[in-house]
Amino acid sequence: MSAETIELASTAEDDTRMRLELERTWSGRPGLIGWLTTTDHKRVGLRYIITSFAFFILAGLNAGLMRLQLARPESHIVGPDRYDQLFTVHGTAMMFLFAVPMMTALGLYFVPLMVGARNIAFPRLNAFGYWTYLIGGCLLFGALYLNTGPDTGWFAYVPLSGPAFSPGKRVDIWAQMVTFTEIAALVGAIEIIVTVFKNRAPGMSLNRMPLFVWAELVTAFMILFALPWVALGSTVFLAGDRLIGTHLFNPAEGGDPLLWQHVFWFFGHPEVYIVFVPALGMVSEIVQSFTRREVFGYPALVLAMIAQGFLSFGLWVHHMFATTVPELGASFFTATSAMIAIPIALQIFCWIATIWNGRPRLRTPMLFVLGFVITFVIGGLTGVMVASVPFDLQAHDTYFVVAHLHYVLLGAVFPMFGIFYYWFPKLTGRFLDERLGKLHFWLFIIGVNLTFFPMHFLGLQGMTRRIYTYLPETGWGPLNLLASCGALVIVLSVLVFLANAARSWRTGALAGDNPWDAPSLEWAASSPPRPYNFLHIPVVQGRAALWSRTPDWPVVTGLRTDIREILVTTVLDAAPDSRHRHPDDTIVPLLTALAVGATFIPLIFTPWGVVIGTACLLPPLVAWAWPRSPEHDEQRSEEQGAAV
Amino acid sequence: MSADALGTLLQQPLQFPGAHSALAPAGPQAERVHALWQFMWIVSAVVWVVVVLAALYATFRRRMPAVDAPLEQREPLSSGGPGMLTAVIGATAATIVVLFVFLILDFRTGRALTTPPAGALPIKVTGHQWWWDVQYPSSRPDQIVTTANEIHVPIGRPVVLELASADVIHSFWPPNLVGKRDLIPGYTSTLWFRADSAGLYRGQCAEFCGYQHAKMAFYIVAEPPEKFTAWLAQQRDSAHTPADSLTRRGREVFLSSSCVMCHSIQGTPAGSRVGPDLTHLGSRLTIAAGTLPNTRGNLAGWIVDPQSIKPGAEMPSNQISPDDLQALLAYLETLR
Repeated sequence: MSAETIELASTAEDDTRMRLELERTWSGRPGLIGWLTTTDHKRVGLRYIITSFAFFILAGLNAGLMRLQLARPESHIVGPDRYDQLFTVHGTAMMFLFAVPMMTALGLYFVPLMVGARNIAFPRLNAFGYWTYLIGGCLLFGALYLNTGPDTGWFAYVPLSGPAFSPGKRVDIWAQMVTFTEIAALVGAIEIIVTVFKNRAPGMSLNRMPLFVWAELVTAFMILFALPWVALGSTVFLAGDRLIGTHLFNPAEGGDPLLWQHVFWFFGHPEVYIVFVPALGMVSEIVQSFTRREVFGYPALVLAMIAQGFLSFGLWVHHMFATTVPELGASFFTATSAMIAIPIALQIFCWIATIWNGRPRLRTPMLFVLGFVITFVIGGLTGVMVASVPFDLQAHDTYFVVAHLHYVLLGAVFPMFGIFYYWFPKLTGRFLDERLGKLHFWLFIIGVNLTFFPMHFLGLQGMTRRIYTYLPETGWGPLNLLASCGALVIVLSVLVFLANAARSWRTGALAGDNPWDAPSLEWAASSPPRPYNFLHIPVVQGRAALWSRTPDWPVVTGLRTDIREILVTTVLDAAPDSRHRHPDDTIVPLLTALAVGATFIPLIFTPWGVVIGTACLLPPLVAWAWPRSPEHDEQRSEEQGAAV
Repeated sequence: MSADALGTLLQQPLQFPGAHSALAPAGPQAERVHALWQFMWIVSAVVWVVVVLAALYATFRRRMPAVDAPLEQREPLSSGGPGMLTAVIGATAATIVVLFVFLILDFRTGRALTTPPAGALPIKVTGHQWWWDVQYPSSRPDQIVTTANEIHVPIGRPVVLELASADVIHSFWPPNLVGKRDLIPGYTSTLWFRADSAGLYRGQCAEFCGYQHAKMAFYIVAEPPEKFTAWLAQQRDSAHTPADSLTRRGREVFLSSSCVMCHSIQGTPAGSRVGPDLTHLGSRLTIAAGTLPNTRGNLAGWIVDPQSIKPGAEMPSNQISPDDLQALLAYLETLR
């Protein structure tokens, strides 16, 4: 039976009855049990957002300690052993535990709302992904605080990270932490792809999808193709060399240390764009809502993001210009690295055109977009510089590159903060404080530039990366002190944000369902959204769904409300296709994640982890796949009918 | 090198950050890259200013009133007319043109710098955790010169470095002269440069290589050809035979303690290649891979407690009686 689209004709009475029934069907169990069993994409997504922000703060504290150590030459605040752990965990956590999960988490929360779905596709997988990620994150920081943190850099180059030069378990912890976050990112990507392709509201054809949804879709595909490479590299190759004596990277036995670099950067470069593309989507959403204009050049923006997704896989060798890459090969990667600047530039021009034509309201999210342009363009331009082989050989592995990469990645953090201010009313029903928001913005942009701009010069003056100290006669002291002062300003700005969020969560000004008068579907849900997201699944009539709706807005009817049922639509046109019985809340995802933990944590110590893990994984997987009987549904529906 | 030549060198104050900077080129390669950098940063600064001004102007330009008109009264949502389309296409085309100019300059610079010229002086550099082994090869084994952390080169003559690693990946980088090149286990790579002005140029390892990656520096001493030839000839000699009883005792201490397990001194039974060759230690500017000036006090501190100077370094702390230490220092100082 296909769901039917009719004009809205329901009475208020029908609505109330339906709301009660949906509430009962989609709400989780109360209390701790509900907390552990929930498969609601909003509860899981919010958890994900908060957890990854917590890791952002912990990894930021590492950076603070590093800046403290580097503020003066020959400082003795931390020694080389501690410093190596600090920068390794800083980089690893910022990439694997903050940037990618945060960008995915915002997608897990908002993509279903923006495409008008009741929940994300594969909700149990979603919960499982979160728990797996949490275990991986705790493993990394637990190791750091027990002084067994990995210390060979987030890139873990062999042979330094190999068995001969890194005895002990530090690198094994790194390798398995990567495994946990890979699993989490991959399942998240699959959920987003399927939700976007199969669960869009009727009428939301691909060319009507919000740009943030496009960005998440492109990112999800990039995750799908990039992340298995680092899993192969760390979980199979590196762990193999360290745990069972394969010699894949050992030149004495015919192995090759450069193999690791290729595998790692084939993942590592797309990783940057996995962080960056969602931020582009956020910029588009904010610009659209705060200029009250549809974004200029929608097809160009979509194609630019897709082009970036493809091109990002053709750049990895520009991390390896100082190795033995032949000249001709290197020039190919110079060309692709320059080429990827074109779609990015095009997007920036489209946003400027949108702002130019519109009527920008300078609320905090919009300020962060301007901060993004000011900051990111510097990172983009230095990126074009380091694409040049001869210049890169001077800049590579120096503070010039530290400056470049932070300008690019913090370029993605600006829109992230902007979108926090934008979506906070949706998440909590309340506004973040505007005055504190502006203070946060100014402190942040000043702090970022004060910290990272001097690093360009430090790099050209010869300051190499990953050094725990430097000699006074190098003359690097003053600029390092300046950078450290900047780091303090960044800390202040994040504290202002935390205070703002903590205060506004309870006592912020109340926001309605659509406080910004924004066009996308998440603003049609209540703030915060109910467990079922939408009372009626809307039918989309234009690209800016809420701006183009007619007064007699059609909705979908015919979905069951007594059991969890969602609408499945076609890939291209989002025509209603079928109905799907959605799984109920269950503890099984948590148990499965724990079993995955029981596989990979023992694998740090012994190959027998595989055997232990298989034994632990079997029961939860059987429970996961256990068939649901239709009678059970009917019985439940009857009980509920009686109750209503 | 004669004692007074070394004296002149040491008298020149190290000019930092100039003596360790890509912004103070002292050879043709660093020069060309520096020129490329100057062009790129000026163009980039212009691009940045234009983009940021455009964004700010777009935001703050004067508009018709009625900003917060209700939905129905607002202008149509379609954004931009043909003028805007032309502007965006024009800006993108300009981006492509700038990128092409960069690309062509990159390739030209790269081509000019890659091929080593004929008649270059070969030098072998091997990276170790955390010091540099430097060898001037020769067809006659007794003419091979081995030193550490200090590379003497004649000015005006190209030098080809043959780079290898003994343990993990390192990266050799003297910013004043040339861009970096990785030293990768299992691979040999080459790097060439030419120093055009006499001077002392510092460099340090650029690829993270473990605990003392920060203190793995080296000096390039660029000097006139005749001085260089004299230095090389002096380095070919075996170590001085101790002349007095104190230095004789010092040699005895060296040969009977753990020093001999790792270090070699030509002309003595000490021949281990684990640590730096010490045959002409006294003639070097620095110890501990560019970490400390080579003075008697620093050397004493380094021998007794290297772990407080370079925590994690391979050199162990040495329990050594004060008299023995004095004798050892006296002996090491004669190794010029």
